[in-house]
Amino acid sequence: MEIKWYIDLAVALFSIGVIGVLTRRNAIIIFMCIELMLNAVNLLLVAFSKMHAAAEVGSISPSVVSDGQLFVFFIMVVAAAEVSVGLAIIVMMYRNTHSTDVNFLNRLKH
Amino acid sequence: MNNILQLVWLIPLLPLVGFLINGLGRKHLSKALSGFIGSAVIFLSFAMSVWVFIQVKDGNTHVAHYFDFINIAALKIGFDLQVDQLSSLFLLIITGVGFLIHVYSTAYMHDEEPQNFAKYFSFLNLFVFSMLLLVLGANYVIMFIGWEGVGLCSYLLIGFWFTNNKFNAAARKAFVMNRIGDLGFLLAIFWLVNKLGTVDFHNVFASVGNLSTFDITGITLLLFVGATGKSAQIPLYTWLPDAMAGPTPVSALIHAATMVTAGIYMIARSNILYTMAPVSQTVVAITGLSTAILAATIALKQNDIKKVLAYSTVSQLGYMFLGLGVGAYTGAVFHVMTHAFFKALLFLGAGSVIHAMSGEQDMRNMGGLKKHMKITHLTFLLGCLAIAGMPPFAGFFSKDEILGAAFAKNPVYYGIGVAGAMMTAFYMFRLYAMTFLGKFRGTADQEHHVHESPKAITIPLLILALLAVAGGWVGIPEVFLSGGHRLGEFLNPVFAQSDAITIKPEMVHTTEYMLMVISVALALVALIYAWSRFSKYQKTAEPSTGLGNVLENKWYVDELYEAIIIKPVRAIANFFNEVVEKKGIDGFVNGIGKAVNYGSRQVRLLQNGQVGLYVLMMVLGILILFIVQLFL
Amino acid sequence: MEKLHGWISFPDLLIWLPLISGLVTFMLRKDKQVKAWSLFASLLTLAVSVLSLVYANDKILNYVSWKWLSTLGASYSLGLDGVGHILSFLTAVSFPLIFAATYKSEYKHSQAFYGLMLLTQAGLMGVFCAMDALVFYFFWELALIPVYFLCSRWGGEKRIQATFKFFIYTFAGSLLMLLGIIVVYLHTNNLMDAGGNIIAPHSFSINAFYDVAARLEPTKQYWLFGLFFIAFAIKMPIFPFHTWQPDTYEQAPAATTMVLSGVMVKMGLFAVIRWLLPMFPAAVDHFGYIVIGLSVIGMIYASLLAMQQDDLKRLVAYSSIAHIGLMCAALFANKQIGTQGVMIQMFSHGINIIGLWIVIDQIEKQTGVRKISQLGGIAHKAPALTIMLVVIALANIALPLTNAFVGEFMMFTGLFKYNVWVTAIAGLSIILAAVYTLRMIQHVFYGEVNTLTATMKDIPNSVKWVLGILLVMIFVIGVYPQPLFDLTKDTVASLLTRFK
Repeated sequence: MEIKWYIDLAVALFSIGVIGVLTRRNAIIIFMCIELMLNAVNLLLVAFSKMHAAAEVGSISPSVVSDGQLFVFFIMVVAAAEVSVGLAIIVMMYRNTHSTDVNFLNRLKH
Repeated sequence: MNNILQLVWLIPLLPLVGFLINGLGRKHLSKALSGFIGSAVIFLSFAMSVWVFIQVKDGNTHVAHYFDFINIAALKIGFDLQVDQLSSLFLLIITGVGFLIHVYSTAYMHDEEPQNFAKYFSFLNLFVFSMLLLVLGANYVIMFIGWEGVGLCSYLLIGFWFTNNKFNAAARKAFVMNRIGDLGFLLAIFWLVNKLGTVDFHNVFASVGNLSTFDITGITLLLFVGATGKSAQIPLYTWLPDAMAGPTPVSALIHAATMVTAGIYMIARSNILYTMAPVSQTVVAITGLSTAILAATIALKQNDIKKVLAYSTVSQLGYMFLGLGVGAYTGAVFHVMTHAFFKALLFLGAGSVIHAMSGEQDMRNMGGLKKHMKITHLTFLLGCLAIAGMPPFAGFFSKDEILGAAFAKNPVYYGIGVAGAMMTAFYMFRLYAMTFLGKFRGTADQEHHVHESPKAITIPLLILALLAVAGGWVGIPEVFLSGGHRLGEFLNPVFAQSDAITIKPEMVHTTEYMLMVISVALALVALIYAWSRFSKYQKTAEPSTGLGNVLENKWYVDELYEAIIIKPVRAIANFFNEVVEKKGIDGFVNGIGKAVNYGSRQVRLLQNGQVGLYVLMMVLGILILFIVQLFL
Repeated sequence: MEKLHGWISFPDLLIWLPLISGLVTFMLRKDKQVKAWSLFASLLTLAVSVLSLVYANDKILNYVSWKWLSTLGASYSLGLDGVGHILSFLTAVSFPLIFAATYKSEYKHSQAFYGLMLLTQAGLMGVFCAMDALVFYFFWELALIPVYFLCSRWGGEKRIQATFKFFIYTFAGSLLMLLGIIVVYLHTNNLMDAGGNIIAPHSFSINAFYDVAARLEPTKQYWLFGLFFIAFAIKMPIFPFHTWQPDTYEQAPAATTMVLSGVMVKMGLFAVIRWLLPMFPAAVDHFGYIVIGLSVIGMIYASLLAMQQDDLKRLVAYSSIAHIGLMCAALFANKQIGTQGVMIQMFSHGINIIGLWIVIDQIEKQTGVRKISQLGGIAHKAPALTIMLVVIALANIALPLTNAFVGEFMMFTGLFKYNVWVTAIAGLSIILAAVYTLRMIQHVFYGEVNTLTATMKDIPNSVKWVLGILLVMIFVIGVYPQPLFDLTKDTVASLLTRFK
């Protein structure tokens, strides 16, 4: 498949994520949108990695193939860590305000 | 260099020592002691001045170098004193008249507390020190040191009774007016340094040929500005009448006999420069003449005995400048000398009168003092005759010499000068008649107190009267007695350089006689008129009108200065203070601070805690970065 | 580097003595101990300074250079030349006098107060001794920061505002200077020794700065000149950078004001002499007339403002601005006689103005006010104070035979060589100075006693002694200034050769 389709899909996903973050006020949904953006990037990394590997077959060390995909793992790990911390914050926030609306938190004090 | 005159430094040193003793010991010295010390040091100086004078008369002149005042590559100014004919003559006048006035002061100031008494004498000694430094200085800078020093002493003594703020204001005015003149003097010195690289009299006069006419004219005019300040000429004369706020002996010493003649001394000293700058000479002559006339007119209508004498001083100084302006340097110096005698006499006489009248200075409240104060009256009359230019009193010879030279230069000068001399005779005898003749017009209490003054006052009066009578005989004109002008011969070396390049117009003897007769006759007419009119003076309440009123108010010159100089300067200063400084410069500086404050307060609003806004800003920022990256 | 110095030198002592004794002061506890100790320490510094004058011609004792941050090209280089001697002596002589004159003043946490004062002295000494741009900058700031604390902790009512302004203003200037130093520094990598080897990649040494800066292309010189000049102009201060000064003088504690006006403003003039003039001769020629113009305008302007002030401290502050203006103008006129005049006048002005502050401090302590309009008749109550003040005030307006006359006479002569009309205008300040000084004397000291001054007593003996010493200095320098000329003539000569 052509690289173009991957890029289009990733851009679409990323844009959805950005718009979601900008427009929604529910912390969980914002979180999901951030995940969406991260995964759009992951998708691109994988796609490009594959593309480069196809173009440079045999002539170059295998690291060209694996570098991009390695980054995907990094991002997934970081994202997972982020989710666990973030969700914990959201839970605390819900306990305090009985809402997950981020605009309730516009001042970090009572 | 082992000239005996090297010791001349002792002459100014002695008064300085007197100043220090009286000044530092004022709490411990009794009145008698401080008066004695104050007078004794001046007497010693006088004795030495006589000795110096004799040395000089024998042809011994000397420039004594003591140490370098300023010595750098570009300029060398030594602390040098110069003894020659001119300075030795002035030494005699200053210490001689100064000593008499010190003696007089011991009686006049007797009502002061011991501490103030000592302070008075210390100031007086300091003045004599500065004045001696002024005339002894061998270069313009040392002269300037004395020049400012006498100004300072004048300030201190005018404001001697410092509780009275009017006196303080007069003192301040004197100092500031003098400073205006001093600026001119200083600029002239800078100019000399710039052109010649020296300020020594010898070197300057020797290299005067290296200066362009423009330079000489500029320098001499600036020097003359200095002289107008110190010697109370138009336009800076207004301080001198106000300076009468000081004790009367001070007026006699500083504001009549010595300090105010410093300007004449300075120009006589620089005579060669003036001779080479005809423009400056004309300016000097015209300024002197106008001052002589202006001050004489004002003196006609004054009622304060000291004010009349003050304006008379200004007027006589004008004559001296006229003399300098027409090249009669000897005549001017001669007039300085005779004027010192008779004006000191008149002031001291006036002081004696004021003393007797318990501080009254208004002539309208005097009269008939002749019978109460015999010695004062007699000496005062002699002084009046001398200043009015009656032969054979001192004033006649010196004034006549100046007027004669003025006629030779320009008959118009002579005409105006004689008019001034008439006015002089008139106001002096108005003063005399109102004070000593007629009936006593003061209160009964004052009449009861009127008495002749003690010996410490009358003896100086008698000595000065003698000098006022005979002082002119050292300068008898050639037409009367060949070789009679001994003063002229004595001073000849000082003015030799000038005389060499000026052509002295020969006057026919008959013209000379006629000029004398005219001036004496006219003055006599004015004298008799004043005598007859004011000997039976009665107090009248009616205010004078027209010109009389203008004269009484001194031509409104003080008011004019107030309006055109003082007020605008104040207004500008106030504008600078209130608007430019506070709103302009400081406002700008503070404005920067305020702008930063305001700006940060506005930017702070972005940090409002809305997560969405932060994200939006972030996205927009990224987009802008992309756009910049892609298209620019 | 060649070793040109012994183990210890005068500049070392002059800096480290006050620095260490200042740090020691912080640890003392008793008020009396603190005062005695700091007076002692300052006297010790004075003794060293006097010794340094005696051995002024000895190169080994007066110059020192150690390796320090050699990777940067900086070195711990100190040295005392003529102007350095004069100003370090002024610093050394003024601190004991200030301590003695304010001995009776009470301060909270006096150990901190006196410690900071001594640190200031160390900073000032460092500025006057530094022969390396980085060292110079270091001490320049070291002198500033203690003063900030002194003013903001022990100052008057509006001290925070005034100190803030003072600090930000001068600090902004310092940063511009730092910028200039860095730019010049970045150009110093082409300095070679006799063999053609590059000595150091970059250098902060004063000689490198002189060599390099003067060889930069003109436009660059002009920019750098501007950076340095603004820093120094603020410090001096000259019109229109002066507005911090009256506020600060008014609010700072008396002892600090004396340091500020007596010594610290000389830092600006000194820096012009040590750094600005030799580094950028072309720019000085190019911009000299602007600086002189500003200075002369400032003289007249400040004199006029002084006439309008009611507060004694502000009056003296403006009078100081006028005097500094003359010194700055004479410096930039670049004539030998004028520059010599500046050397002597920097010292004289310091002496005179400290004297004035002492008198004002005494008046304020006794009556609680500084307003000219509220005072009067002090001469009746305190004759000794009056005499001292009159002499000092007259010295301040340059009456002959006082110290300031010599300096002003020479500066005006130098200025006259530069331009006649400028001199004539500047000369007006002589008259204006007489006006405002005599007005002050008349209204504060003469006239009738009023309720505020009725209870005044004459000054204590300690203050009498201090003022007496000042008076002696005023007259000695006024009558026989030659030793000061001899001390500085080499500095002046080498400064002027850079303009040939």
